[in-house]
Amino acid sequence: MLRKIRIALALLFFVLITLLFLDFTGTLHAWFGWMAKIQFLPAVLALNIGVVLFLVVLTLLFGRIYCSVICPLGVLQDLVSWFSGRRRKHRNRFVYSPARTWLRWTVFVLFVVAMVAGLGSLGALIAPYSAYGRMVQSLLAPLYAWGNNLLAWVAERADSYAFYSVDVWMKSLSTLGIAVVTFVVIFLLAWRNGRTWCNTICPVGTLLGVLSRFSLLKPRFDTSKCNGCKLCARNCKASCIDPAAHKIDYSRCVACMDCLENCRQGAISYTWRREAPAAKSPAPKGEPENRPKGKSGVKPVDTAVSAAGDPVSRASAEEAPADASRRRFLGVVGLFVGTALQAQEKKVDGGLALIEEKRIPQRTTPLVPPGARGLREFLTHCTACQLCVAVCPNQVLRPSGGLMRLMKPEMSYERGYCRPECTKCAEVCPANAIHLADLAEKSSIQIGHAVWIPENCVVKTDGVACGNCARHCPVGAIHLVPVDPNDRKSLCIPSVDEARCIGCGACENLCPSRPFSAIVVEGHEHHKTL
Amino acid sequence: MEKKKIDRREFLKTLGLGAAATTAALYGCSPKGAATASAPAGEVPTDRMTYRTSSATGDRVSLLGYGCMRWPLLDSPASDGNPIDQQTVNELVDYALAHGVNYFDTAPVYLQGFSERSTGIALKRHPRESYFIATKMSNFSNFSRENSLAMYRQSFKELQVDYIDYYLLHSLGGKGLESFNQRFIDNGVLEFLQREREAGRIRNLGWSFHGSTELFDHLMAMHDSGEARWDFVQIQMNYVDWRHASGRNVNAEYLYGELEKRNIPAIIMEPLLGGRLSRLNDFLVGRLKERRPTQSTASWAFRFAGTYPGVLTVLSGMTYMEHLQDNIRTYSPLEELTPEELELLEDTAQVMLKFPTIPCTECQYCMPCPYGLNIPAIFAHYNKCVNEGNVPKDSQDPNYRKARRAFLIGYDRSVPRLRQASHCIGCNQCVSHCPQSIKIPQQLHRIDRYVEQLKQDKL
Repeated sequence: MLRKIRIALALLFFVLITLLFLDFTGTLHAWFGWMAKIQFLPAVLALNIGVVLFLVVLTLLFGRIYCSVICPLGVLQDLVSWFSGRRRKHRNRFVYSPARTWLRWTVFVLFVVAMVAGLGSLGALIAPYSAYGRMVQSLLAPLYAWGNNLLAWVAERADSYAFYSVDVWMKSLSTLGIAVVTFVVIFLLAWRNGRTWCNTICPVGTLLGVLSRFSLLKPRFDTSKCNGCKLCARNCKASCIDPAAHKIDYSRCVACMDCLENCRQGAISYTWRREAPAAKSPAPKGEPENRPKGKSGVKPVDTAVSAAGDPVSRASAEEAPADASRRRFLGVVGLFVGTALQAQEKKVDGGLALIEEKRIPQRTTPLVPPGARGLREFLTHCTACQLCVAVCPNQVLRPSGGLMRLMKPEMSYERGYCRPECTKCAEVCPANAIHLADLAEKSSIQIGHAVWIPENCVVKTDGVACGNCARHCPVGAIHLVPVDPNDRKSLCIPSVDEARCIGCGACENLCPSRPFSAIVVEGHEHHKTL
Repeated sequence: MEKKKIDRREFLKTLGLGAAATTAALYGCSPKGAATASAPAGEVPTDRMTYRTSSATGDRVSLLGYGCMRWPLLDSPASDGNPIDQQTVNELVDYALAHGVNYFDTAPVYLQGFSERSTGIALKRHPRESYFIATKMSNFSNFSRENSLAMYRQSFKELQVDYIDYYLLHSLGGKGLESFNQRFIDNGVLEFLQREREAGRIRNLGWSFHGSTELFDHLMAMHDSGEARWDFVQIQMNYVDWRHASGRNVNAEYLYGELEKRNIPAIIMEPLLGGRLSRLNDFLVGRLKERRPTQSTASWAFRFAGTYPGVLTVLSGMTYMEHLQDNIRTYSPLEELTPEELELLEDTAQVMLKFPTIPCTECQYCMPCPYGLNIPAIFAHYNKCVNEGNVPKDSQDPNYRKARRAFLIGYDRSVPRLRQASHCIGCNQCVSHCPQSIKIPQQLHRIDRYVEQLKQDKL
């Protein structure tokens, strides 16, 4: 029964947390955003003392049920391990192995040192929630988005607005690569040995393992009932039951309750008493057919994660028509090529101009979202879980490729800009690395400022009137001034009021100059409130 | 089922072709068509087209003329850059000719410059005397004599003909009298074309008009004084433009009246206002359907244009077979509007003017926008939302949420983000190309501001 409750809760958490990374509409976050916020490392980095205390107390009471229920990476490993155990001759495949204490603590110390030294990206490689978020965002989210786009395609033809299409694009090659490696490593470890990763590498597992030794409720042996069949150890994915000695390594036990159900003698019970209660149902509960199945209670769950591995395609449907018309009609923007006529010159009707893709400009200081308070503060809090990247509806956030900021999000404006009505990233951030009180606060935070680059500006290069940057500036920080100060009627060029600019990137994104915009936002080390 | 097959075979025999015909038409045309077998939309007659006779040459022209500006397009252009779906064009042309349509109107600039070629290919498959062909002198950007004459001669090659039935000075009025003189008088092109008419290579000489009253009067005076002879004039006429012309267009009532006085045949363009008169709002559609439940909204606009006896032919850019069939039905034969029906259409026009749609006819003259925008698609989406009531005026509107979603999601569906109004820089290069005198950048900026309000939920 306890095991079934554990499985039900674990699946609930697992599915919902996964959906948090997939649901780009942000609807789910309103209801289940807390599930990300009770993850251990984000809570620590957010200095969320309440949650940390809760998890500590939870572990002191019940053992590491955090690892069995709340941690999505743990549940993922259980799923992989369960499938592995479904194979023939792999039913009772685990054996007891002594704890690799030195390895656990070396990794833990290194992890803490890295975090304190500001090498959060290094820590994020092994932090469980970060690793899971990275895998879902990089590998599963594109599939989800394509599935959604298929529905949107159908909806469009059915004249329904129930679904809308989203762009799927390669956000960061390095993060994708790391996600693939993470997935392969986690999958292999879980497939072969269950919870190896949790009990040797995972820093959260190591830390909670200390606490769970002293937990009130634990699975405990009743040596008088044990017949030494070792079924418990052979079904312990944590490999923490030493059946010969009747001992359980509680620092590694994740309180999955598998042993309770596998013991046909009822020799193991989850209790706070040192000795198993003699009064408690002595009758052997194991019906014969219950044995070989091992974990028959687990419902088969489709691990869509395993279907990942497809590289995210950069191509979006939007570019296709441009490609098509590119063929012959318009070689270059603004250059009209007529038909193959002799001396004839004409502007023909119709067709679409080619739109060159924007490219990322050089920024001396990277841009991080309003609410991050500054680059350093942001990097110390961020766990690189990719949740903000997954929900950013404007395609602004993407994992960074820089060494010190690896996988932590940064902003760029080639595909969209930080829209004034949106605070999605701050709403979802479980580590409080991005924190906004409200929408008003966002529009008053300066994360950078725009810089005009004259040699790219169409007013200079094409000699046309423009002013698209000024027209779209949400804070009116761009003023149009005549190119020739002595001629009030000459074309106007933008001038940026650095004191008012908030760095949202509307100007940069909507600048007609391609591939490089003529107005570019430069990040600030420390954000300030205007 | 067996019966249907027999019907089809018989029909094909009588028609002699029919690769083009759709099943709907097949059932409809079968002589044995029992009530159950007839097409839901009614039959498409082959021999009842209304014809008008030209006062200039005695040409017997079908009241429905085929506008070749909106041929169906391929998903991606062919290797020579031709975007037109030639196979479907052939089918449409065959069907049109088989049902009595004999006037085809094209121009060198239509469809990225490929319309003449496609139209020529399709028509070449039929006897030259079975159709009239109209094309134009589109010397907008370079009006030197050499360039203009080269354009004229190229039309013969593209259309594969040795004479042109109707030749038009394309879109007079855009920039007034001065531009007319530059394009056709100063360089002697009009003189040249009149001589070509004498030589028989042009059978009718006329012009299409998008301009001001002054220019129109000037051109009429030229005709009166004998300085030029206009065999026909092509004007924009529909029940909205009749008395409520927008932009620099002149009320069709005046234009038609002047032509009728001089017995100059009028050829009608934009009878549907670029399709806008086939997409009315629910209230207006309902009123028309009440009177004629089985007839399309578009049929009213065609009947309007056809009701005036001085009209030689009414051009329609029919992209789809169903449009062609519907229009053929409307004019086979024409049922003239009653005075009461005319009044209803005038009222329809007045109600329409209260809805702030943008008078874009999707003619594509403004395209390609050098900054990549899809201008007609943006306007089409906006107009569609206006007609469907999805342009909320206030966030307190009862259907605000639904309308907002429909507007924004529909916007992304109809126009890729990079081609939306937010990218209009206001360079104004499009403005001079618009025959409806829409202030395109202002309208785009207005739509963009509205989209921003919707997105920010600050309506």
